[in-house]
Parts: sequence; C-alpha cells; structure tokens
Amino acid sequence: MELVFLINIIEAGLRTGTPLLFATLGELITERAGVLNLGVEGMMLVGALAGFAVASSTGNPWIGVLVAMLAGGAISLLHAFVSITLRGDQVVSGLALTFVGTGLTSVLGAPYVQIRDVPRLSVVPLPFLENIPLIGSSILYPLFGEQNIIFFIGLLLVPAVWFWIERTRPGLQLRAIGEKPAAADAVGVNVGALRYFYVFVGGVFAGLAGASLSLAVTPLWIDEMTAGQGWIAVGLVIFAGWNPWRALMGAYIFGALRRMPLDLQAVAWLPFASNPILGVWLNMIPYLFTILALIFSSREAIRKRLGAPAALGIPYVRGERGA
Amino acid sequence: MSNTPYALEMRGITKRFPGVLANDDVNFAVEKGEIHALLGENGAGKSTLMNMVNGLYRADEGKILLDGKPVKFSSPRDAIDSGVGMVHQHFMLVPTQTVSENLILGQKAPRFYINYKKLEQDIAELSRKFGLAVDPQAKIWQLSVGEQQRVEILKMLYQGAKLLIMDEPTAVLTPQEVTDLFKTLREMTATGHTIIFISHKLDEVVEIADKVTVLRRGKVVATVDGHATSKAELARLMVGREVLFRIKKKPAEPTTDALVIDSVSCENDRGLPALRDLSLTVRSGEVVGIAGVAGNGQTELAQVITGLREAKFGTITVQGQNVTNQSATATIDQGLAYIPSDRNGVGSSPNLTLADNLILKSYRKPPIGPGWRIDLKLVRSQAEKLIEQFDVKTPSADLPARLLSGGNLQKLILAREISRQPKVIIAVYPVRGLDVGAIESIHQMLIDERDRGAGILLISEDLDELLSLSDRIVVLFEGQIVGEVPPEDERIDEIGLMMAGTKVEHSHAT
Repeated sequence: MELVFLINIIEAGLRTGTPLLFATLGELITERAGVLNLGVEGMMLVGALAGFAVASSTGNPWIGVLVAMLAGGAISLLHAFVSITLRGDQVVSGLALTFVGTGLTSVLGAPYVQIRDVPRLSVVPLPFLENIPLIGSSILYPLFGEQNIIFFIGLLLVPAVWFWIERTRPGLQLRAIGEKPAAADAVGVNVGALRYFYVFVGGVFAGLAGASLSLAVTPLWIDEMTAGQGWIAVGLVIFAGWNPWRALMGAYIFGALRRMPLDLQAVAWLPFASNPILGVWLNMIPYLFTILALIFSSREAIRKRLGAPAALGIPYVRGERGA
Repeated sequence: MSNTPYALEMRGITKRFPGVLANDDVNFAVEKGEIHALLGENGAGKSTLMNMVNGLYRADEGKILLDGKPVKFSSPRDAIDSGVGMVHQHFMLVPTQTVSENLILGQKAPRFYINYKKLEQDIAELSRKFGLAVDPQAKIWQLSVGEQQRVEILKMLYQGAKLLIMDEPTAVLTPQEVTDLFKTLREMTATGHTIIFISHKLDEVVEIADKVTVLRRGKVVATVDGHATSKAELARLMVGREVLFRIKKKPAEPTTDALVIDSVSCENDRGLPALRDLSLTVRSGEVVGIAGVAGNGQTELAQVITGLREAKFGTITVQGQNVTNQSATATIDQGLAYIPSDRNGVGSSPNLTLADNLILKSYRKPPIGPGWRIDLKLVRSQAEKLIEQFDVKTPSADLPARLLSGGNLQKLILAREISRQPKVIIAVYPVRGLDVGAIESIHQMLIDERDRGAGILLISEDLDELLSLSDRIVVLFEGQIVGEVPPEDERIDEIGLMMAGTKVEHSHAT
C-alpha cells in the first residue's frame, strides 16, 4: 500500500513534471546567455493554445507541437527586442510578455474552451518492463510503462542541452555572453545576435512546454491553464543552479508536489486533507515552494554561489568611448 | 622612406565624438619589432587612437596601414584576422571559464565539439613556447592579476597577433609582476612581435620603450627615442609645463590618536571574510597610507570605518568616541570625512546640482537646515565660495554634478568633506584616473589637511602616490596588515613583496 502510494506520486511527478522541465530548460538556456525572461508563463500559454488550436484543426498533434514551438519563439522575440535592441529593463519587459501572452490567449482561446476531442500526443507503451524480475511489475512498469512520448523527449533533451552548453563551441560562446559579454565581443563574438537566438530558443522550449500541457498532460484548452507553472520554471532555474541535470530533478519534484494534494486527500489519517476548505491549503504547496525558492535565491550572495551567470539581466553596451 | 614598411602606420587620423575632437590629424608610425610607448594624460586620445587600430572605432579621416598595406576594420574580428591584438586595461576574460576556454572563444576551430584534453595539451605547449606559464585548466577567477594578464597576452598570440597593443598594462600589477611583464615583452619583440604600450606612467615608459610618442589633447606633440629621453622631458611634453613629481611637505607632527581600529573583522558582498582581525591607528596630523593590490579588503576597510558595512568583531573609535557599527550619519557627526573610490555612485549624486552636492553632509544642521527647511540663500553663497576656494572649474553652481570632469568632481567632493573641518579623512584611490594637474592639487589639499591636524587614512594602489603623501605605509593583504614600512623609495621592492603576500621582517618606522 505504502509503495503504491509513493509510486503514484513519483509517476505523477514524471508525467506532470515534463512540461515544467521544458519550460525550465528553455529559461535556463536564455539565462545562461545573460537574458532574464520572466515571460515564461505567457510564452507557455501561447504555445499551449497554438498547439491545441492547430492540432484540433489539422488533426495532427505533431503539427500542433511544431506550431506551438514557433509561436513561443516568435512571441519571445518581443522580449528580445525590448531587452537586447532597446536595452530596456528585462524584468519589466518579461512581466509585460506574460501579460501579453495571458491576455492574447484568453481572447483568442475562447472558441476552443468547448473542444474536447483533440488529437493528443500518444503514449509509448513499454510492456516488456513488466517482465523484469523483482522490480518490473511493482516499480518500473507503473513508473515508465505508460508514459507519454513527451516524457522521453524530455529525458533526451536534458543531456542534449547539457552537452550543447558544456562541450561545444556554440555552448562556450553561450556561456561567455552570459558571463562577460565584453570579453566575447572583444574576440569577435556577436553578442546581440546570439542573445536574440537564445531568447528565441527559450521561447521555443516554452512553446513546447505549453503544447505538452494542452496536447498530452491535460489535453484540453482552459483559460490560464498553465496555472503559474511558468513562474515555477523561473524559480526552478535558480533552484537548479543553472544546471540541466538539476533542472530535471527539480522539475520532477515540483511535478510530484503539484500532484501531491490529490494523493494526500486519499489519506484518511490526515484530518484536513479531505476537508474541501482546508484542502485548498494543500494546493498551495507547489507555490509555497516556488516562493521559498525565489526568496532564498534573491540574496545576491546565494545566487552567486549557486552559479548565476554574472551578466544575467544586464543589457550589453559596447564600451563607452575610451578616454 | 625605408624599404621595410612600418608594422603600423597611421596617417592624418582624425576622430570626432559629439562635442569632442578626440584625435586631430595624428601621424603615428611603429617599426617592426620595437616597443613603442604611447604616452599622454587621461583624455589625451591614446585609447581612442588605438581603438581605431583595434577595430572598435572607425576613423573619420586618415589612413591606417599595416605592413604597408592600407586596412579598414569594421570590427575587432577584422583586426584580429589581420594580426592586431589588444590587451585591454580591464581584462576581457570570462572569469568562470578556464584558460583554455578563454583562448578558443574567438577562434574558428574547433567548429562544434571541443576536445578538452587535446586543447589543453596544445595550450600548455604554446605557453611553454612563449615562456608564459599558466595552467590551461585553471579558471580565470582563480588566477592572480598578473597571471590573468599572461592569459590575455597568450590569447592574442594564440589568435596569431603580430602587433600587440597593451592598454596601461601595469596599472593593476605589483612591482614584481611588472618586472615579469617587461621581460615577457622583450622576449616577444625578439621573436618578431611589435608592441604598442599605452601608458601615462613615466618611469615605466623610460624603462621599457624603444620609442615614445607623446599625445596631448588629441595631437601628437613629439616622437622621441625612448633610450635617450628623460622623465622630466616626457612630463613636460605630456603636460605642456614643468611638473612637480613629489609634493613638498614638512615632516609630520602627529599628536593624539585620531582613528583607532581595534581587531576588526568584516565580510565582503559575497559573505566571505574581507577583513581579518585588523588593527590600525591613525594619529592626528599624519597620513597613513594603505598599500595593497585592489581586492584585498581596501573597499571594505573604508566602508566599515564610515558605517557603510557591518563589523562582525572589533571596535572603531574616532578621537575616543566609539563609532563601531554606527550609522553613516553618526560617523559624519563624529567628524569623519570620506572620499570614496566611486565618485559618481558614492561620492556625489550625479543629477543634483553642485550646490546641492556640497550640502549633502550638512543640510541637517544649522546654519543650513535647522529643522525641515533649508536656507537656499546660504547654500548658494557657500557653494560659490567653496567652488572658488577649491578651484572647481564650472560655469555655475546650478549645474548637475554629472557634467563635471573627474578631476573637478573630485575637487568638489574634497571641498564638501574638507570644509567641515574633519578630524579623520578616509581617502580611497583619491586620484585614480585623474591627470597630472588635478593630482597635484588634490594631493596638496590632503597635505594641507594633515597640517591642519586631521588624521588621514589614504588607500591607494599607486605606490608613487603612497610614497609621496604618506608618513607611514602599511600593507594590506587578504584583509590583514602584513607589515609597516617607512615611505622611502628604496623600500619599494619590500612593499611589492608584501603586496603579493610575502611576510617581510620589518623594522618599524618611528
């Protein structure tokens, strides 16, 4: 009984953590390039609606995913323009992007709220897992046997992102423009263009996150269906110390936390769990953790120790005229 | 015209910025294999001139020739491809990346996958070849400033630079590191590299340069043989008049203890120890100089005294009054004056007028501000008096402070601090970035204050300044005082060693 309970929570963590993982990876890449994009929530919503709408009109969820990624990337360019070209305040611009995404999807998404039978991304059944002795039927199959394909895409993306950042020349330049853009500029790296590119990549990932929500995890469209997951992703980037592997862990943990209120309601000996009024408090757990993570990491000293890119949030201006 | 073309030749270069003529019809030629110093005061146009060779700026008029061929650069990348490398004053290195990573950042190869093992071998070999020892795997932040500079030079060589421009390379080095650097530079010219050495320090120019070109207000004043010239000649060319190198002062007559720092410890912004159990006494009527490489606790020391940083342990007293962890206002009331290193951010409020900046420390009290109102008439007349007395060059006291030049702003800050007749003055890098003329007057003001009876704590990274002003010099290293030395020129090596962390058996000055 206890094991089943635990497995349930972990399985839910893997499943619902995957959109979070995409969003977190995207924001992580953008931030490593030195741009803070607080518009994740908005970009996710745009991706979720675009994916849902296209999938339902074309009948192909993959075209939906593709369009969602492009839509997320496209809207992220608003932030890139304000923060890189205009050198505006990145916090303000990111917040604005979230408002834009929320408002836009609320209006454009109204006709889609009623639609239920949208083609969704498929589950990858792995029946052979059940045949593995000892842990097969009790652990492996319940955890991985019926996961959606996006879960596996997420698993593959993490090492790919890590490899890109840590082991390749483009990754070296990515890290350099986030740590010390002037040094990169001095040796001929085009800081502005690269930052545009990585803001776009972050948008693409957020779009993918949105689509994986509306086409796999909860396959429907509801107004503001991301329910703050974009913000959790921003917190997770810090929690992960800008490291893709830790982002993976964090995303799954937060996925499980989001699911936990439901599971805890089934536990009889917790007096408040099944009480509908008190149960509200349980739903706050993931947000509480997000707030704690953000408070914890808002101290500059801690952020630096965690490994925040040194130039994060600072627009790059090529050296003022030398005296 | 000789047969071998110049490594670099600039003909009739003119560069304008809005409102400024930065370079005016400059002709400048550097022969292959020489160390050519470009000398001039701040704002003389040295860096601007070199930034055109380096691809950051484009000349409005004139021609640039490399090895006799005309070139037009539109970005630093172009310059690098033509074999021009510039080592900036502020290093262009990514602190969190390794030496190897910094070296290949701007390279075309490898295209995608980085084979770190092979790369590190290549770089170790290159550094051996040029005698620039660095560990390829070390992260930049782990290296000393001297080592970082070696990485910068190595980076340029790795990129295939033949002409190396060094922008004030000694500004951040200890004397020993300067010696090493000069050795490296000589070795490089021996292997056919050409070096342009931007500086405003006369000693080192005389020591290292084969040729010296002096710039003044954007124009070339003269090009002289580096081996045949003298400091005095160069100074005259540079400033346009005779210059006093050492300030004239009487021997100090210290009296009572003005500032006593007793076993103080504090942390830096990262929460790491910045000062460790530091004790120091400054008496009235003396200047105590603090030598040390920047980042060894200087900033924190000044802040902890002036109430801008919390002392974890220890006590600080000003003429017997305890000011430990008091507010900044309280330390001001105790007669503490502060000349911070950051003139624009801490020392003044850039958007307030000069008059308003002058009352920042006195507006709370009579006669200017009894209670809630401020006597604007008095503010104005006082401001005009101070501006005249301290020779701040400005058309009006109503100008925002940000429009002042560095030297005039510093005079304004000194005017505010000194006019309050402080008991103790904390001066941090008071003449950093100023030119010879402004330096002279700021120094004279500080010495006058000493003679009036103020105790002065002078924090500086410029040994000449410390030797010239101080009555005693203590050396700060990693938050501790590692020794005390009398301000005598022959002790400069000793000070340098201590700045690098070597404890020296010292004899106390009396």
